[in-house]
Amino acid sequence: MKNCQLAIIGGGPAGLAAAVSAYQNGVRDILLLERDKSLGGILNQCIHNGFGLHYFKEELTGPEYAARFVAMLKETAVRVVSDTMVLDITDDRVIHAVNTDGYHTIRADSIILAMGCRERTRGAISIPGTRCAGILTAGAAQRFVNMEGYMVGKRIVILGSGDIGLIMSRRLSLEGAEVLACVEVMPHSSGLQRNIVQCLDDFGIPLYLSHTVTDIIGRDRVERVVIQKVDENRLPIPGTEIAFDCDTLLLSVGLIPENELSRQAGIRLDPRTNGPEVFENMETTIPGVFACGNVLHVHDLVDFVTREAQNAGKSAADYLLRDPMPATEAYRIEASDDISYTVPQKLHPAIPQKAVSVFFRVRRTFEKSHILVTDGETVLCAFSRERMAPGEMEQIYLPTALLRRAKGNTLYISCEEVSK
Amino acid sequence: MQDVIILGCGVIGAACAYTLSRYDVSVTVLEKSNDVANGTTKANSAIVHAGYDPRPGTAIARLNVEGNRMMEDLCRRLDVPFKRIGSHVLAFSEADLSHLQVLYERGVKNGVPDLRILTGEEARLMEPNLSEAVVGSLYAPTAGIVSPWELTLAMAEVAVRNGVELILEAPTTAIRQEEDGTFTVTTPKGDFRAKTVLNATGVDAEAVCGLLGVHEFTLTPNRGEYYLLDKSEGTRVRSVIFQCPDENGKGVLVSPTVHGNLIVGPNAEAVSGADATENTAQGLSFVKKQAIRSVPTLSFRENIRNFAGVRANHAEDDFLIGESSTFPGFFHLAGIKSPGLTAAPAIAKEAAEYVASRTPLIPKAEFSDGRRVIRFKSLSEEEKRAVIARNPLYGRVICRCETVTEGEIVAALQSPIPPTTVNGVKRRVGAGMGRCQGGFCSPRVQEILARELGIPMEAIPLDQPGSNILTGRTKEEYR
Amino acid sequence: MKELTCIVCPRGCRLRIDETRDFLVMGNGCERGIDYAKAEITSPVRTLTSTVKIVGACHPRLPVKTNRPIPKKLLREAMTILNRITVHAPIRIGDVIVKNIAGSGADLTATRDM
Repeated sequence: MKNCQLAIIGGGPAGLAAAVSAYQNGVRDILLLERDKSLGGILNQCIHNGFGLHYFKEELTGPEYAARFVAMLKETAVRVVSDTMVLDITDDRVIHAVNTDGYHTIRADSIILAMGCRERTRGAISIPGTRCAGILTAGAAQRFVNMEGYMVGKRIVILGSGDIGLIMSRRLSLEGAEVLACVEVMPHSSGLQRNIVQCLDDFGIPLYLSHTVTDIIGRDRVERVVIQKVDENRLPIPGTEIAFDCDTLLLSVGLIPENELSRQAGIRLDPRTNGPEVFENMETTIPGVFACGNVLHVHDLVDFVTREAQNAGKSAADYLLRDPMPATEAYRIEASDDISYTVPQKLHPAIPQKAVSVFFRVRRTFEKSHILVTDGETVLCAFSRERMAPGEMEQIYLPTALLRRAKGNTLYISCEEVSK
Repeated sequence: MQDVIILGCGVIGAACAYTLSRYDVSVTVLEKSNDVANGTTKANSAIVHAGYDPRPGTAIARLNVEGNRMMEDLCRRLDVPFKRIGSHVLAFSEADLSHLQVLYERGVKNGVPDLRILTGEEARLMEPNLSEAVVGSLYAPTAGIVSPWELTLAMAEVAVRNGVELILEAPTTAIRQEEDGTFTVTTPKGDFRAKTVLNATGVDAEAVCGLLGVHEFTLTPNRGEYYLLDKSEGTRVRSVIFQCPDENGKGVLVSPTVHGNLIVGPNAEAVSGADATENTAQGLSFVKKQAIRSVPTLSFRENIRNFAGVRANHAEDDFLIGESSTFPGFFHLAGIKSPGLTAAPAIAKEAAEYVASRTPLIPKAEFSDGRRVIRFKSLSEEEKRAVIARNPLYGRVICRCETVTEGEIVAALQSPIPPTTVNGVKRRVGAGMGRCQGGFCSPRVQEILARELGIPMEAIPLDQPGSNILTGRTKEEYR
Repeated sequence: MKELTCIVCPRGCRLRIDETRDFLVMGNGCERGIDYAKAEITSPVRTLTSTVKIVGACHPRLPVKTNRPIPKKLLREAMTILNRITVHAPIRIGDVIVKNIAGSGADLTATRDM
């Protein structure tokens, strides 16, 4: 494979939007590397609807959302190489990849990382019990059921009320399985409210909040799963055991950005997001290397992935064709204890745009509240929200004009509930 | 009629098969599981012990030290991952320090080379992540780590290639000694007859011996639970870190694995039998608490898998190796607890000497030793290019976490002991061993298995028969 | 007074509906919440997404959806109908697989080219 101006690692929603955006902004020599046989990434198995309300102002299924971007990509001259695995990226932007045609080293002037994320597994939460068949992650089950047409069980307990777990509760119910319970260790669901209504309530599936799975019984396949109520430290409370006779336990216990390649390249990662630390233009600590989508932080809506990826695509074009941004950091964004992270983590000096988008997630539920951005002394701007929940990403646009008023070079973001 | 039947194909059975396959004797191995290395062999600490622990004069001491000496060469020949990384036994108190002295003296008597007692500072210089509370260590440079299931598989493969017959899914249901002194072993796969029987059935050895109608020894199955941490923790220590044994047992170890992970465990708990391999909340929390004493910075957030294994502990503090007192020709290889993995090659040598006392062992003219495996991940760039050019399937990565290619999986399926399960593929090539634990690759491994074995996806088990991953097709069962 | 979570968009507004005052809706963030709340109380509807068997394609299942929401009570019946269908590749996104599924007035359409 020949060298290229811009290489994009991953052909899911982030990679697709980044490629189209970079092309539209003038980059002509773009190579998109995809490990699967077809483009679209995780969207191909997300056959439910609810995608695109923000971006396309209509409700699409995952494959439909992907198809729109694949169609846009077809209008460009982006070279797509699928069924290809990137093994290594060096800090001087050489990509090592393999496919059945051979081993390829590709020198790229710029790289956009869009590798997505993976699911946390049983090991991450050390569930006791046997290690029999019938325990799988919700995403793996989703691929089996929706793309390959296999059933993963008949009587199912789902641990984790994240969106994938909720969506799979409905899918498996519709396909004839019995979903006995959805179990969530936190006192609130990390999934969207609408999914609790239309995936659990519609099918009469009980949601056990502040509960977790404490035992798995079964020699060859799951025979029974025991759940227990947990205290405020998430420790099981003796005497609260409930047993479910079932053949399957699905795990929807979180997603982790897949940054093995970023780590190998020497890119600094943010322990809060598990993704690269980036500037407002999605540039990582290696100049010319950008990141977007779930490799950067786990998103709740693909629409936000698209916007972020377009930003990365445009920034790569600016880097390649116009003036690269200096690798200096003018402002660092610090989050208060109630906020689990922010993306970006830092801002360049002299940002040309009128405003910069900042994503963050809150750690707990907030009723009517204000989001405050300060320089440590003065409030620079404030945003109001009716309600905020940990399952949902929050986005604010910081007017760049305000930054000039900031004393020092740290911006603090915090949330406070408006007293009733 | 065979010369020898080996019951069980864990590390001991496989070592015996490999050793005997050099000679002109007919050997059948009967394994109860659908794969080799599927009992205690696959679920232990994977340590090649130096040999200072056992009491001098015991079989366990002699075989440990001899096994340790044999292991490196054996692994090189069979292309099995092995690393001689050394070990420390940590002392946290005066009492521990005097115990280190006891171990040191035992080690010297047992013939363990190069043992040294270090101060806490010296130990921390070698292992900077050790606790400040460590006041000394017994350092044994000859200790190592190995992949127990790959070792077992390699020995079994070479044995099969050299004419040993391996029958899987053949648990022994009855044994009787005929009038001519030969034995008939009954299994669901048929009756097998041989002059000599080696009983290497691990935790089941007492029950299998009992099928002859005698009770010659007692095993007390004992479970140990483990954490396996992600490679990001794999260099937290560079050698095997033991603790001084105390009233809670031999202590919890922390060690790198040959695959680059970090293993932490085990506890010790008496259980009912070989099947009691479940993890428990108490067991795991004990392991965690103990391990942090040695290495306080361990990050259990990086855990990717828990597992448990059952030790075939023997009531007396030694291996039980020898001929049945009632049935000449029936040879016990029982009570092979730790360091059984280390001792395996030496135990097999003794078993072969016993066989030689009953059937002359004449070396085969055409014995073909050794084995080579392509591990794509560990090849150089040039080698990778070459292997893909030879076979394009080596260019298709199936397991992304461990970089395992379709070429490696297909090669395993064409090996002398082909896997039939997802876990079988995992043990041979490492697919699914990584941080996503098969989330991405297990369906693709299943597809390859189904394709190569010519059976439907739904029929592929995770492990034992009945452990199918899928329960049917959508749109077909629920009409 | 009934309480509902609006499922029209991911925002999930918590709606209160007063049946005694001609289904007066409160707590809605936009106009669509009013329609949703009234429909949810009187005759709730859902978009059904599932798959049908496909022959000759890269995967054995084709993703499908109802092109508009159908009454919630028809979901099971619609599943029974689509479970029996087998289509043949090639299929284009938007192709109608079943017209007026379960008499709902909605068509079942393909959501992927295959």
